Amino acid sequence: MIKIAIASGKGGTGKTFIATNIFYTLLQNNYKAMLVDCDAEAPNDTAFFDAELTESNEVTQQVPVINIDTCTFCGKCHEYCNYNAIFILPPMKIIKVIEDLCHGCGACSVACKFGAISEKPVSLGQVALYSINGLPSLIEARMNIGVMSPVTVIKAAIKQIDNNADFIIMDAPPGTSCPFIQTVASADYVILVTEPTPFGLSDLKQSVETLKKIDKSYGVIINRTGLGNSSVQDYLFKENIPLLLEIPFKKEIAGLYSRGKIVSESDSSFAVQLLTVAENISKQYGNSNNKR
Amino acid sequence: MEIAIISGKGGTGKSSISAAFATLNGEVVLADCDVDAANLYLLFNPSHEEEEVYIAGSKAVIDYSLCTNCGLCVSYCRFDAISLIDDKVSISEIACDGCVLCSRICPDNAITMVPNNKSMMYSGSFRNGKMVYGRLAPGEENSGKLVNMVREKAKQTAKANGLDTIILDGPPGIGCPVISTLTGVDKVVIVTEPTISGLHDMQRVMGIVHKFNLKAYVIINKYDLNTSMSTQIRKWCKESNIEIAGELPFDKNMVEAMVQKKSIIEFNPNINISKKIKRIWNKITNQKK
Repeated sequence: MIKIAIASGKGGTGKTFIATNIFYTLLQNNYKAMLVDCDAEAPNDTAFFDAELTESNEVTQQVPVINIDTCTFCGKCHEYCNYNAIFILPPMKIIKVIEDLCHGCGACSVACKFGAISEKPVSLGQVALYSINGLPSLIEARMNIGVMSPVTVIKAAIKQIDNNADFIIMDAPPGTSCPFIQTVASADYVILVTEPTPFGLSDLKQSVETLKKIDKSYGVIINRTGLGNSSVQDYLFKENIPLLLEIPFKKEIAGLYSRGKIVSESDSSFAVQLLTVAENISKQYGNSNNKR
Repeated sequence: MEIAIISGKGGTGKSSISAAFATLNGEVVLADCDVDAANLYLLFNPSHEEEEVYIAGSKAVIDYSLCTNCGLCVSYCRFDAISLIDDKVSISEIACDGCVLCSRICPDNAITMVPNNKSMMYSGSFRNGKMVYGRLAPGEENSGKLVNMVREKAKQTAKANGLDTIILDGPPGIGCPVISTLTGVDKVVIVTEPTISGLHDMQRVMGIVHKFNLKAYVIINKYDLNTSMSTQIRKWCKESNIEIAGELPFDKNMVEAMVQKKSIIEFNPNINISKKIKRIWNKITNQKK
């Protein structure tokens, strides 16, 4: 088994394109593969498959409920809350929970010595399980609109991974902050997808620095070569970072993708390239001593 | 006037269009609110006149000379960040949310909070005005507070320099940093592209825009890569009463301009796409709220 995260610092470089196409190609080659859409703010992977929803679970977080009758307005909960989620005006006997700011850490419940704080679950999003051709193979993390951070929903999706699969492909959220880290932390290998432009290079460098810090193995796919310049190739060569694949810019690819079509379905040489990349990674890093 | 440029989906052309808007005519304040992947400074190479450290919360650290490995903190932590490994308490830096609870309840005062102080905000001048941008250190929580700091600085800078227009280049997604970019702005520009993902993500981000009751304009970028999807986007916008400010064709010059570290307007103000962007800007700015 191997968990491969598909990530990129910059948005729109082709993470979902690569993730869905590798996943499709693996299924076509009779591997047991799972696709996990960890881009909970903007999940789109299901659009590329004839996927049937089999199960959907609510992801919740505990938020405090304050009983005004037993509250003494001592302010201890406000002091314990590190997220400014409890608003208190003792002289006016006003105390309010700002649920949007609450991280559900439970510190306020610990702080209250008067038993005035209970907790209730609030929804952050859903983790849905989909079947493709009758096999459960796609997990989607979807954050509710208006929720501040996708991290809890992403973690819940990762927990649902079936570790008996040959390949787990994780489509990561953009950036290098918390949501990205939560996704790649559980992967054995990270494929960074970039584009050959100054923006692509800058965000790639930032991703590489982050992966070095957490000691992950990684390689790079350059998407839309032919546009832009060769500075990404030069950087990879200089830093001795594996270049896994270059995908030339073609309007036909962009067109197929825009309609929710899998390119490797009709382009067999592209399918072979992706399969080779995935199999090589699996040979080298599969069943590794992943610490998590 | 504050104008925010967002998209939901990444890579639709937010930054390239923001850069074009920022170089159309008079001087502006340009604020890069995509603090997780700031890019505009690459084009404009602004001077660093001021910089400020941004404290992005803190992480719990154990002092093993005091820790008795009692495990109390393990039972209190709701982020699965603390575990007992071989009877020794260990905190995962990645999972720690910085809530401080473990530090508060530790009977031996063995846990201290170390501030995350690697994130920065910079401000200075660029060739068409003033620029403010934030850079979040990798792995840190993008809570939107750094975005607020960038916007506050942009407002001060605008006031101090008598500049009227603030352009905010927003982050992708629909989470806290996007919300922080949108609250209280005068106008919102959503840059989308004719793909299924472009449409889905625009619809999700519109959910946020509606919550804040903001005036939004849509730009369909690279509309000619899939004209039937562009038609679908237009149809949805019409049904949802959202104004389309304009459509831009796919143009390799946009990439070439970026490679040359120029906005498309600076690259060539007379080509079709530059003229279209100018028309879009006029349409957006000439309308009352």
